[in-house]
Amino acid sequence: MLELIVISTLNGVLFGMLLFLMASGLTVIFSMLGVLNFAHASFYMLGAFFGFQISRWFGFWPALLIAPLLAGAIGAGVERYGLRRVHKNGHVAELLFTFGLAFAIEEIVQIIWGKSPVDFRVPPLLDFPAFTIFSTNYPAYKMFMLLVSVVIFAALLITLKKTRIGLIVQAALTHPHMVGHLGHNVGRIFMLVFGVGTALAAVAGVIAGPALVTQSNMAGLLGPILFVVVVVGGLGSLPGAFVASLLIGLVQTFAVSMNGSLSGAFGPLSPDYATTWLADIWGVTIAQIAPIMPYVLLVLILIFRPMGLLGTRDT
Amino acid sequence: MSDLIASAAPPYPAAAEKFKFYGLWIAAAIALLVLPKLFGSGGSLTTFSLIGISIIFSLSYNILLGQTGMLSFGHAVYYGLGGFLVIHAINIIGINKLPIPLPVVPLIGGLTGLLFAVLLGWVSTQRSGTAFAMISLGVAELIASSALILRTFFGGEAGISANRTKLLRVFDWSFGPQIQIYYLVAAWTLIAVVAMYALTRTPLGRMCNAVRDNPERVQFVGYDPHVVRYLAFCFSGFFAGIAGALAAINFEIANSAYLGAAQSGTVLFATYIGGVGFFIGPIVGAIFVTFLSLGLSDLTPVWQLYFGLIFIAVVVFAPGGITGLLMMHRPLLKAGTLTKVLPSYLIAFVPTLAMITGLILAIEVTVHYTVNPGDDSHIKAFGVNFDAASPYIWAMAAILMIGGFLVARKTWTWVGHAWDEATSMTREQGIAA
Repeated sequence: MLELIVISTLNGVLFGMLLFLMASGLTVIFSMLGVLNFAHASFYMLGAFFGFQISRWFGFWPALLIAPLLAGAIGAGVERYGLRRVHKNGHVAELLFTFGLAFAIEEIVQIIWGKSPVDFRVPPLLDFPAFTIFSTNYPAYKMFMLLVSVVIFAALLITLKKTRIGLIVQAALTHPHMVGHLGHNVGRIFMLVFGVGTALAAVAGVIAGPALVTQSNMAGLLGPILFVVVVVGGLGSLPGAFVASLLIGLVQTFAVSMNGSLSGAFGPLSPDYATTWLADIWGVTIAQIAPIMPYVLLVLILIFRPMGLLGTRDT
Repeated sequence: MSDLIASAAPPYPAAAEKFKFYGLWIAAAIALLVLPKLFGSGGSLTTFSLIGISIIFSLSYNILLGQTGMLSFGHAVYYGLGGFLVIHAINIIGINKLPIPLPVVPLIGGLTGLLFAVLLGWVSTQRSGTAFAMISLGVAELIASSALILRTFFGGEAGISANRTKLLRVFDWSFGPQIQIYYLVAAWTLIAVVAMYALTRTPLGRMCNAVRDNPERVQFVGYDPHVVRYLAFCFSGFFAGIAGALAAINFEIANSAYLGAAQSGTVLFATYIGGVGFFIGPIVGAIFVTFLSLGLSDLTPVWQLYFGLIFIAVVVFAPGGITGLLMMHRPLLKAGTLTKVLPSYLIAFVPTLAMITGLILAIEVTVHYTVNPGDDSHIKAFGVNFDAASPYIWAMAAILMIGGFLVARKTWTWVGHAWDEATSMTREQGIAA
């Protein structure tokens, strides 16, 4: 039991940090541009596939650097030549633009790399068990993932709190118009923020690619969870996104490792009900309902705290 | 005081306008009746049925997006649940020999959609705008994932099927042949379209528009925007359920794809491409998108990519959709200044077409090398044969794309000038443009 708790906590924090790598970019973009980037998870996928392709040509370490830069450049281009054009048509048009983009990116990835998972392997340098707890070998690559996300988290925190750019971004979170009035090139800041945000998502993609499955549906699977994170945390709240990322990461990881069900708790259902829908509910394990846990959490949050955990702004 | 009343209330419609209004509906009904006489083949009847279902679904979606300003990414939930309940209802009615004929069964789907909209809508519509969009997505994922867990009811991956011909027969219609299903769909389409049009003319419909345009002022007037959004959501769920029921009757099966994100995306595409600003927009969009998805899938293997690109192009260049684009020209037509812009359209059309052709060529050649690299390089796309390995094709694609883009950009600024000129002339004539 203790083993389960330790391992699940480690995995949960890891998944939560990965989610936060994406949710942070999404939140900052939303706060500044007012648009929720539906294609954010698609940049995560692009990061994974670019990482796969570049690591085939040059190895994993160059890929870790180049793939996010590439995805970030594409992201900046999308903002400069796409979103900025659509901006005058309102937020719905912007959201729909990113929705169409997510659709198109998935199709393009399918065309180039196919529908089946690609063979994106852990680099040999990190392919060993880091430590053994209670007879379970914990892979070094997962520790590396955790390290990368914590380092980026710290860098992001320092940039936001200590540098001039961070100051402007922070100001733009609450008073975007005032920042413009103060004479900053808002257009360029927007492009930069969008580029950095998508690059962060791509970093998450590159490091998650070898550990999880790199497939053309990975954006579609992760995207909705990402939006749950930002809504649960409170739209536009960076600390909220952090809390919600960890929460959902832990909830999902713990749920996956639990095997309990109603039949386990209260004994098997009487045979009279064996063919009814009640049998489904009775027999389903917590592990099986793990995928819907984030959405249940979303509905609960909406009922009891519609603004989100740490949200203040109503949109 | 009497002046105020006279200006606030619209004038009572003249007999000619009334005739025009009702004539339009009667003409639509006659067109639906005559259509299978003109195109009677099985394939076209199926297409017409699909279009009818898509029209109801898109219009129900537009109650949210166009009328109330709520962008939903999970509208297929109500469509799919309507479909599932109807399949179960048909099975139950068939086994127990209940005296319920098939034509009223879609109502069960509608009520199912309504029930779930009532249940889920209150939470979903608490917030508007971006938050609503995300919430609708989350709720849709919740329902779609739960459908895979509750296997007995939703039938897992395979879905559940029913036999629609086993029900009580009225006028000896078995609803086996597609022509009878077509008439069933057509009748329900007409009823639903009339009902949804009527809804836009009610005070509730007007309040929905007000909530879309300025929720804060709606609150000042004494309405709760949340309640208005909720009511719109319930109506929308009801009609979506009817559409899902008709789809389930048409295919005699309901599976988890009915509830999925792809279905929600398709209805969003259809509605937006058609145009959300006008009542007729989603109808145009439903027809266009159904033909497009049937036609394109024959022409090229990557039709979904083109579909996405068309959607992006509409969002960027024509946010009013197809109908918005056409309706823009109505004041010009009235003022007779349309001839000012038409020549510039023709000029701009040529390089734009060249650019699109180049893009298609580039996509198809790329697709050949990535999807099936080992195959013969002589490929056929859009009915045209060409050699994907030939450098001439590559060069042609590049020249068409880049050259077309440069020239098109120039010609579209001309179109802009011609447009400005034409609209200012229209304004001088006193017609609002």
